[in-house]
Amino acid sequence: MSDNISKGDRPGIIRRVWNFLTRPAVAITSGALLVAGFVVGVLFWGGFNWALELTNTESFCISCHEMEDNVYAEYQGSIHQNNGSGVRATCPDCHVPNDWGPKVVRKIKASKELYGHFITRSIWTREKFQEKRLDLARNEWRRMKSTDSKECRNCHSFEFMDFTLQENRAGQNHQKALDEGKTCIDCHQGIAHKLPEGYLEAYREVAREVEGN
Amino acid sequence: MKKTVLISVLTASALVAAGLAVAQSGTSGVRSLRNAPIDEVAEVPGVFHQDEKRFGRNYRQQPPLIPHTISRYQIDLRANQCLACHDWTNAGDRGAPTLSMTHYLDREGRQLDRVAGTRWFCTQCHVPQADAPALVENTFRSTAGK
Ligand code: HEC
Ligand code: HEC
Repeated sequence: MSDNISKGDRPGIIRRVWNFLTRPAVAITSGALLVAGFVVGVLFWGGFNWALELTNTESFCISCHEMEDNVYAEYQGSIHQNNGSGVRATCPDCHVPNDWGPKVVRKIKASKELYGHFITRSIWTREKFQEKRLDLARNEWRRMKSTDSKECRNCHSFEFMDFTLQENRAGQNHQKALDEGKTCIDCHQGIAHKLPEGYLEAYREVAREVEGN
Repeated sequence: MKKTVLISVLTASALVAAGLAVAQSGTSGVRSLRNAPIDEVAEVPGVFHQDEKRFGRNYRQQPPLIPHTISRYQIDLRANQCLACHDWTNAGDRGAPTLSMTHYLDREGRQLDRVAGTRWFCTQCHVPQADAPALVENTFRSTAGK
């Protein structure tokens, strides 16, 4: 006991780490520091992007039963899942922004979804999901409406559409939408998932709210 | 001893018979999907498209045929997407024909503001048409005299 260093002689752990970080390194060469920093940087950045991509796949989205049993099941057979041209849009194509900044913001917001899955179990059963789905749909409508349906426009754009090749109704309405400054989601709600009761009124409310700002 | 010989003879003949049967079915018993000969390219059935013209009515009370595709529209207990264009509240904006007022009459004859429950499932009465050949001969004679 007596040969122990008394507490007063040695600084605490936080102090020691601080000293290590702030004092110039004398034992290691600057070259070694530089190389080590570079390698660690690459690993860290690569790992970050890898995780970002991993959480941006359909298989990741449906690893929760809430997604697999409800929205994913309904998406089967919809035009973005099954069509003549053999192109498929999966969950992240429509629900996660492509640009880096908004994408990271969306990923951070997804922590609420984790909370809902693990803690509150807010849409754990089909019944709970049905009860909440109008609110959940509102969130997506709001995002689409306020970004001029950005995720749709990663593939579709009025500029590249040949209205004469479309069905009469579609051609006429797309021209009208172009002239009146409408956005995709203004007409195309529920293209990949089922619509809840009162969806049209709810959508119009969201649209007014976004346009008002 | 006798019994063993008998059993082996029986088993052997059964095996031969089974082998023959399998060999036979290998050439004549196999059938392809749609019954096409297995060594020929199967004929793919034609693809028929939706007719998009406005149809004349064949009798006075005929529900008009639908002149556009409807395959992706949801009609169930919760939502009816046809109403987004055809309901009287939306038809003007969407350039679609308004539901006639019979669609707002309930079975007691009361005028409603929303489409009547008896008219909710549109495709009970209205159907689209495809340019496919008729599967059965149609002997209907129109009262329009055509
Ligand atoms: C995007 C808007 C839209 C939706 C949704 C829609 N329609 Fe139409 N419908 C129209 C338009 C526009 C016309 C007129 C087409 C024309 O004049 O060629 C029409 C025409 C019709 C007609 C013919 C009316 C007549 O007098 O000849 C019927 C019947 C009809 N639709 C039924 C339906 C049904 C049933 C649904 C749902 C399954 C539906 N529509 C969904 C826009 C729509
Ligand atoms: C019980 C059968 C029935 C149902 C269900 C029904 N309709 Fe009709 N519909 C008719 C008949 C019959 C007519 C033509 C006579 C009339 O106008 O009342 C008609 C007419 C129409 C017209 C033409 C109106 C006009 O003035 O030219 C449209 C459009 C239409 N229906 C759309 C719909 C839609 C959309 C639904 C679903 C919400 C629907 N119908 C449900 C029987 C039905």
